[in-house]
Order: sequence, then C-alpha cells, then structure tokens
Amino acid sequence: MLPEAFLTPGSSSFTEFLSRHQPELLPSARLGDATVAQPVAHATTIVAATFPGGVVMAGDRRATMGNVIAQRDIQKVFPADEFSAVGIAGTAGIAVEMTRLFQLELEHYEKIEGTPLSTDGKANRLATLIRNNLAMAMQGLAVVPLFAAYDREASVGRIFVFDVTGNRNEERSFHSVGSGSTFARGALKKLYNPDLSETETVTACIQALYDAADDDSATGGPDLTRRIFPMVAVITADGYRAYDDDATAAIADRVIGGRMTRPDGPSAPVE
Amino acid sequence: MSAGFYVSPEQLMKDRADFARKGIARGRSVVVVQYADGVLFVAENQSNALHKISEIYDRIGFAAVGRYNEFENLRIAGVRLADLRGYSYDRSDVTGRGLANAYAQTLGTIFSSGGEKPYEVELFVAEVGVTPDLDQIYRLTYDGSVADIQGHAVMGGQAESAEGYLTDNYSPGLDLDAAIALAAKALGHDDTTPRTLTGAQLEVAVLDRTRSQPRKFKRISEAQVDAALAAG
Repeated sequence: MLPEAFLTPGSSSFTEFLSRHQPELLPSARLGDATVAQPVAHATTIVAATFPGGVVMAGDRRATMGNVIAQRDIQKVFPADEFSAVGIAGTAGIAVEMTRLFQLELEHYEKIEGTPLSTDGKANRLATLIRNNLAMAMQGLAVVPLFAAYDREASVGRIFVFDVTGNRNEERSFHSVGSGSTFARGALKKLYNPDLSETETVTACIQALYDAADDDSATGGPDLTRRIFPMVAVITADGYRAYDDDATAAIADRVIGGRMTRPDGPSAPVE
Repeated sequence: MSAGFYVSPEQLMKDRADFARKGIARGRSVVVVQYADGVLFVAENQSNALHKISEIYDRIGFAAVGRYNEFENLRIAGVRLADLRGYSYDRSDVTGRGLANAYAQTLGTIFSSGGEKPYEVELFVAEVGVTPDLDQIYRLTYDGSVADIQGHAVMGGQAESAEGYLTDNYSPGLDLDAAIALAAKALGHDDTTPRTLTGAQLEVAVLDRTRSQPRKFKRISEAQVDAALAAG
C-alpha cells in the first residue's frame, strides 16, 4: 500500500517530499565524516549571454582531478526544463546529481500543479538546492551553477548567478562561472553587445571559452584531432535546443581559423 | 460503526461496495480508447481547472471518476511514486504495471480495513508502448481490483450504455480525430436520448508514442477537439 506520506496533500516540491519521506536520497544528506582526501573531478567554465529573442549557454568539455584530465568530453550544460538550462561548475559528481534533482523538481511541480513554475520560482528552487549543499561546500565539495531561461511572460532571455550560500542575482547581459570565468568574462566584456544575432552571440561565447582555456589549465579548449568542441545550448520562444556537433564545429572552426592569424582573438578598438 | 449489533462481514463488504458503486455512478463518465498513435482519454468535464485526466510520467497517464478530493490524492501519490522510482533507479524503470499494482494495494487496503468509508473512485492507468501491442491499459475499481483493458473502456456515470456504443463502433488503428469523435459520441450515448457533446464539455488528452519528447502526455485543446468532432 502506498505509504501515508504519498497520500498527504500539501507540498508540490519533490525535494521537500524526499526530505520527509526518504532523506537519504538527497545529495546534502551525505555529510558524515567527509574530509575529502582523494581529489574529486571538478567541472569548469560556463558562459551565458542574452540576445534579442533568447539566451545562449556554453560550457567547456574538460573535467580535471588535480593535474590529471579526468574526462575530455564531459557535459556541463543541461536542460532544466523546456525553457531553461543549467550549467554547472564545481564538484562534478554532486553537480550532476543536483542537476538531476533540479530537473525533477521542476517536472514534479508542473505535474502536480498542472502549470510550470515562473522563471523566478525556478531560480529560487535552484538557490534552495545550492543553499542545502552549503555544509558540503564548506568541506570542499562546492557546486556553483549558472541558470539561464527564456521567460515566456516577458519574452526575454534571463541569466541568474548564485554563490555557495544560495544567494541569487540576475545578470542582464552575460556572465561566466568556474575556474576560467575571470578570463571568459574579460573576453565577453570586449566582444559582447546586446544586439548580436544568435550565431554572433554563440561565436562570442566560443571565443570567451577559447580565451578561458588559453589561460586556465582546468578549462579545455577545442580538441581538433578528436573534434570535441564546447557544448552550446540556445533557449528561445521555441524552447531549449542543443547545437549538434556539426553546428558547433562550423563556428569553432571559424574561430580557430581567426586565431591562426591573431592568436589573442579579435581586437577591440581602443576608444 | 456502533458497538453492540452484529453485522456479518459479507453484509459489511456488500454495503461498502454498494456505497462506492453508487457514488461512482452519480458522476460523469470517462472513456479510454486505443488509437493508431497511442492511447486517448476523453472525459465529460465542464471545468477548465479541475482535471480528471492527468500525466503521471513519461509514458503513463491517469484518469479517474468519482469523488474529486479522493482521486486527487491518488493522482498526487502516483506522481510522487513515479518520480521517486525514476529518480532512485532510472526513468525507464517506471512502469504502468508498477503503478497499477501500487494503486490496487492502496485501494484494496482502504476498502477492506482503512477507515470509515471506501474511496468512491475508479481509475484508468495507461502506459503507451513503442508499438501498439505494447500499450497497456488498466482499470482499477474502488475495492482494488485490477483488470486489463483491450481497445476501449468506459467508467463512471452510466458506463454500460456508453460501453455498448463503443463496442459496436470501435475498430483498431483509428486516427486521432476519428477516435475523439467516437469517444464523444459514446459519452453522449449514456441515456435513452443521445446527446451531442461539444469541445467545451470535454476534457481530452493523449499519450502519443510519436512525440519526440520523452514525455508523451499531451492535452488536446478545445479548438482541436471541435475540429475533430466536426470532421468525425
């Protein structure tokens, strides 16, 4: 028989239901004596940028464990639901699990209530999940996401950034998280402009990731021999769409072609 | 139950069963039909906000008749069970059969021992397969009995007359518009004088195996239903 907890009306949140019924399944439940002796895989550098009609999110493909490359083609950008995406930097195992929980949280709410959460509601739920992870973050297992969504009420792309305490802020134009984020943000400062087309915005993001990989060893640049490129996703009124390998390769090959002539990338006028 | 007077268990169960059956017969009917691309649910339901037909999981849908707050509880419990199972194992491990079993146990326990009154509800649980022969439809009654359904079924309200119309007019492999028209006519045949139902009086949803998304459940808009009824 379905236990009493299942039949009790009340919360539309899957996380709250789990915490009451099976708390051991929550990522934040694994505290214990977690002094992380072995190095764990870290995922790095995600960028997001808005354009008229939507928002782009792109992430590099490298996961590192100390000085060793743990994975060359890790996926760090995920659809959260039909109109939003999450990119994760930090401890890979916890980040992926938290993304899974977040995806389920949004789907669960939509099925119980019959209507999807508002964009601010989704950002708030993600902030709560991050906040619940604070104890583990203090022990070195931090997760820092970047959240991008197409807001159907306002018909614009929106970007939200978080810190480990769950503090949530909205960014208007572009942002980056991860070990290479300072370099990526510096590049976007010079390349970005709010009127770029979707393709130009994606190109700017790939340029930014290239610059991040150029200066941060934990961020992977394009792997030309294996044809592994950054993961690119675009969210518009038509929903979340991931670029396939060929589409990303086309843009990445152009970017790399330009770098052959000028390795530091496109130059911006001084004034 | 008051102390002192002896009531035989048979009488007690029969009274509970009659009570539940009467409650379910008082409401309106819901039809389930297997069509070319999956499973169709059609309910007579004026309300836009209160649903009788709902999504449980990727390939699993739910429809209910009877007392609203009772089947709402079951619906929410089903969504929680499915999401929990899919999260703990994998999405492909959530099956209509597992859900139907859980509902059967719950309804059976409530009917025989769990409380003042039995649930006045009857449910359809359907899982759409990759091919039509892998579709599964289950009907659960107030006492926890489960039955396999092939092709079509009606529950709630005056189900027998509507079921008779469906049996006479159903054929496998209908397209969506024909299936909606058939179901609406069946719902209209619940009395001696047939009624014609319009899109505004119906709640319609499908589990469509041809959808590219993993979630196969889709509500059909009133405009689309009216178009189907006009064509059919």
